[in-house]
Amino acid sequence: MNTQSNAIPDTPVEAQGFAPAVIPESRILYWLVQRELWENRSIYIAPLAVAGYILASTLIYYFRQAGKMRAALPLDPMQQHEVFAQQVDFAALLIMGTTFLVAIFYCLDALHGERRDRSILFWRSLPVSDLMTVLSKASIPLVVLPLLTFAITVVTQGLMVLMGSVALMGSGLSVATLWNQLSLSQMWLGLLYHLVTIHALWYAPIFCWLLLVSAWARRAAFLWAALPLLAIAIVEKIAFNTSYFAAMLQHRLGGAAEAVIAPGTLPMDPMTHITPGHFLSNPGLWLGLAIFAAFLAAAVRLRRYQGPI
Amino acid sequence: MACIEARGLRKAFGTTIALDGINMRVEEGRILGLIGPNGAGKTTALDAILGLTTFQGQLRTLGRDPWKERDQLMRDVCFIADVAVLPRWARVSQLLDYVGAVHPRFNRAKAESFLAKTTINRTSKVRELSKGMVTQLHLAVVMAIDARLLVLDEPTLGLDILYRKQFYDSLLNDYFDHNRTIVVATHQVEEIEHVLTDVMFIDRGRIVFECSMDDLESRYAEVKVRPEQAPAARALKPMYERQAIGGSVLLFDGVDRQQLAALGEVRTPGVADLFVAVIGNQPGRAQGAAR
Repeated sequence: MNTQSNAIPDTPVEAQGFAPAVIPESRILYWLVQRELWENRSIYIAPLAVAGYILASTLIYYFRQAGKMRAALPLDPMQQHEVFAQQVDFAALLIMGTTFLVAIFYCLDALHGERRDRSILFWRSLPVSDLMTVLSKASIPLVVLPLLTFAITVVTQGLMVLMGSVALMGSGLSVATLWNQLSLSQMWLGLLYHLVTIHALWYAPIFCWLLLVSAWARRAAFLWAALPLLAIAIVEKIAFNTSYFAAMLQHRLGGAAEAVIAPGTLPMDPMTHITPGHFLSNPGLWLGLAIFAAFLAAAVRLRRYQGPI
Repeated sequence: MACIEARGLRKAFGTTIALDGINMRVEEGRILGLIGPNGAGKTTALDAILGLTTFQGQLRTLGRDPWKERDQLMRDVCFIADVAVLPRWARVSQLLDYVGAVHPRFNRAKAESFLAKTTINRTSKVRELSKGMVTQLHLAVVMAIDARLLVLDEPTLGLDILYRKQFYDSLLNDYFDHNRTIVVATHQVEEIEHVLTDVMFIDRGRIVFECSMDDLESRYAEVKVRPEQAPAARALKPMYERQAIGGSVLLFDGVDRQQLAALGEVRTPGVADLFVAVIGNQPGRAQGAAR
């Protein structure tokens, strides 16, 4: 066989008669996610920027405190600790809110941008299936962003605790009390639980609905994502004088806390009730995940049929 | 096995018929020029071959159903759909990393050596490159993929003449060997004429002409005759006649060259001349052109 082909000697595949080579799906998925991070740098820049602002503000706060102390204003240690706990909670809330917004805008553009700039034709010239592509895009709001939120929040809160400790030592108050009160490991476990249950599992159908719209809409994906839901709610209200759909949406968006945590506690309360039994026995979770799967399948199918806009 | 085999390939967008029952067979190792006016159905035909669009009828690309098996097919098929499809946010090095990671037949070293001949910087983003450089980059990526079929749809549209010439030269010299098949769709005929082994004309969703370049030379002849010779020449039933300075040029199909030599200067027609003759003779075409 080799004697015949004198063409290009440095390509052994030629001689093998194009034997099929397969790249593991996990490797393809890894590179697809990597590609999303290259393209959408806001995924990590936005929460990092917010974390930077929080740390800078915290620093300013302690400088002001130091100034007050020199002016001989006595500080109530309990009060000090309370302020501190609030700051740490607020930091987590801000970073989470940022990544939630990032996730929404990411999803709305994920399958739309590639059609708008026609790069979908390039991606399709490579042996990567539509299923893998859509899975990689869905994994950004459901896996990458929650993990990133967790990591950035932990580092930010850790640095805040460090700053607080230094400030306390400077003022001669007990650092141990602060550390005891905060119990960081429990707080971070609670944070992780919150991110996995609410941001990934409970919101999964919302993110996937946005992905689906971005695969379908030719323009104004945001409007297409919001208006049909509003229209259904209005039609239901006028035609049947009921508001089940609106209530369902409200429950999905705002009812996350009740779904995840047993009544009587707040989700942001760091250490309180991690109740996976309560969460997993909620039919709303499973219904949501079923809807998520349906939306995902529809998005994969649309990715296949839709061309550049 | 034929590289591409289509029977009764049809595709309609609403009431517009883009492909009206195409039959084609492209053997391995050919360079086929798919030539047609704008809106003739070239891109639709290529989209169907590449599994980018649904179709009716029978179609096999490298023995596979392109719509059902697109991702497997893309291991052996490469295409450049349009010059502007590389993602503008990507860095050159990122593109090479990504293609190298997901494509089993991508040879990074080969791509690097093609790029070394250009002024493209590895750290540049695609949006920072000129149109010609983007095409060079895309070609470097595609040529480093050891594919069996390469499909190019108007690959040099909007490029200046230097880049266009370079493009086809590298394709022919650095890429093509007789195990590969290349299909090029374009309406700029002259540029690719010397590269092709076969031509196919497509008009309003139908293949109206197909011929290998070898047959073209032996079958078709063009004679430039002086006005007084014209009636004698017309008696030999030319397929097309056009006016030129100092006489007419008549195009003949299968007429003995020696017989024609008596009438005037004989030469082999260019693909462009043939294209005008074939498309111009299509029923309904003249009417449309007059409008």
